Amino acid sequence: MYEGPVQDLIDELGRLPGVGPKSAQRIAFHLLGAEPADVTRLQEALQKVKEGVVFCDVCGNVSEESTCRICRDARRDPSAVCVVEEPKDVLAIERTREFKGRYHVLGGALDPLSGIGPEQLRIRQLLSRIGSQEITEVILAMDPNTEGEATATYLVRMLRDFPGLTVTRLASGLPMGGDLEFADELTLGRALSGRRTV
Amino acid sequence: MHVRHLQVADFRSWEQADLELEPGPSVLVGRNGQGKTNLVEAIGYVATLGSHRVASDAPLVRLGASRAIIRTAVVNDGRELTVELEITPGKANRARVNRGPVPRPRDVLGILRTVLFAPEDLALVRGDPGERRRFLDDLLVLRAPRYAGVRSDYDRVLRQRNALLKSAAANRRARRSDPDALVTLDVWSGHLAAHGAALLSARLDLVADLGPRVAAAYAGVAPESRPAQIGYRSKIEDALPAGYGKPDGERADPEVVAEILLAEMVRRRDNELERGVSLVGPHRDELDLVLGEAPAKGYASHGESWSFALALRLASYELLRADGSEPVLVLDDVFAELDRRRRQRLAEVAVAAEQVLVTAAVAEDVPGELTGARYTVADGVVERD
Ligand SMILES: Nc1ncnc2c1ncn2[C@@H]1O[C@H](COP(=O)(O)OP(=O)(O)OP(=O)(O)O)[C@@H](O)[C@H]1O
Ligand SMILES: [Mg+2]
Ligand SMILES: [Zn+2]
Repeated sequence: MYEGPVQDLIDELGRLPGVGPKSAQRIAFHLLGAEPADVTRLQEALQKVKEGVVFCDVCGNVSEESTCRICRDARRDPSAVCVVEEPKDVLAIERTREFKGRYHVLGGALDPLSGIGPEQLRIRQLLSRIGSQEITEVILAMDPNTEGEATATYLVRMLRDFPGLTVTRLASGLPMGGDLEFADELTLGRALSGRRTV
Repeated sequence: MHVRHLQVADFRSWEQADLELEPGPSVLVGRNGQGKTNLVEAIGYVATLGSHRVASDAPLVRLGASRAIIRTAVVNDGRELTVELEITPGKANRARVNRGPVPRPRDVLGILRTVLFAPEDLALVRGDPGERRRFLDDLLVLRAPRYAGVRSDYDRVLRQRNALLKSAAANRRARRSDPDALVTLDVWSGHLAAHGAALLSARLDLVADLGPRVAAAYAGVAPESRPAQIGYRSKIEDALPAGYGKPDGERADPEVVAEILLAEMVRRRDNELERGVSLVGPHRDELDLVLGEAPAKGYASHGESWSFALALRLASYELLRADGSEPVLVLDDVFAELDRRRRQRLAEVAVAAEQVLVTAAVAEDVPGELTGARYTVADGVVERD
């Protein structure tokens, strides 16, 4: 244990995903020795994510304005919507360059163990979006794990009553028990182009 | 297959241990508590990612150390693979094959197959149904490693569905409205049925394949005793086609089983919503062990129980061999527990194995056929004699 502020910093860093106690210590001492200007920049960046980043009114992705860049982009196909769990999944799919439509970010997956049911996800917003816009295809791109699968099944049920709507799932081939974010571009691209109707 | 090399660090009592092994019998001899079982436990861990003695990883790490390491070189049909496992309780374990990291530890399953006999096996006969379910599932994974995934997906879906049932039950008691509960429950039921059917069908087929071998093995170790039988008992057995799980019956069809499971969940929904737990599925099933007319549990004598446990392991070994793999036999401290005939029977099977690793406190307990390479284990050192 170190004294006061240094230990506080180590503790805070240690709470971040992927940062173990050793890395937390290394980062803390790095910051301690860093130029004040560098630390200030980091401080400002941290401040801005909480104050300056909002969620897109339409799709729920992280955004700088009330509507995100993808939702504003007139070249994107408004008839296809890809539904994902997290903003990071949008990035993963964008990297494949296979998809030209728009997104809907649920903010997670059904997960009763963590108390997350349909009400805690942006599912109502998805349904009203489909009801009011010219959407003809919904692609379900949940993580290939039990929670993702259950969420997809739930959405299939909720979406089957929309006339003329095609609902597709990413083709299998994604490693099961995984995280969309970590699927490599090729596999994810193939899963997108081989999606099947459900 | 055989283990050519075993190295552990901070595993159980061993700060370091390193031993070269050969095909054929090897006997580890040493006084009580010197760490013999610890060594074969490490080998078993590579094969099953679990210990035959404890359910959690924490006791496997040497007191005072933060992680344990097991390295093995396994030779199968002349091809050698090295498997390295790092066990860190409370964190994700890591695995490497031929020095390259693999995405998940369970990717090493199938590289080494072992059948381990140990004093703890008595619990297969006398313990809770959970012990026998674990026996079946462990054997399934040894037969086909993909069942490790089936099993963990099923456990996960089960925990999720139970969490949902629990909160739905609480809402019901408090008369709180819960409009989503039934739709989401249906979704989780569908998934529980699908994953559960995959597991249950595989268990039924396994019991069908194992049954005759258990009967034969039991007759071999205890010819004077009544005949032994096993059978799979399921919450949905009345609805299952009669041939499922029977040696001469048809193979179980997961789609048929899934439908039956789902129908039963629908039928018992009120009950489940009241109790707040999942009442249908392979997690509630049981492997029946029958001796003559009576269940072995509660009726069999001490010697009969031992013979039954031995027969279950012998049958597992025969089954894996019939599948075309030659598992490593591990006999942990079992000879001291057996009378002459059962020792003899076990020794006959063991000498024919490609590799058999034996531990004993007293060398004289080990039948003559199995005196191959001998290692002395004492004071934190293991030495080839
Ligand atoms: N995590 C651990 N850290 C340190 N020591 C441990 C740990 N787990 C077990 N031990 C020690 O290992 C010893 C038991 O080793 P093991 O079970 O291999 O003995 P054995 O040689 O098989 O003895 P026996 O002949 O009685 O079966 C005990 O003395 C125990 O205290
Ligand atoms: Mg022992
Ligand atoms: Zn948007």
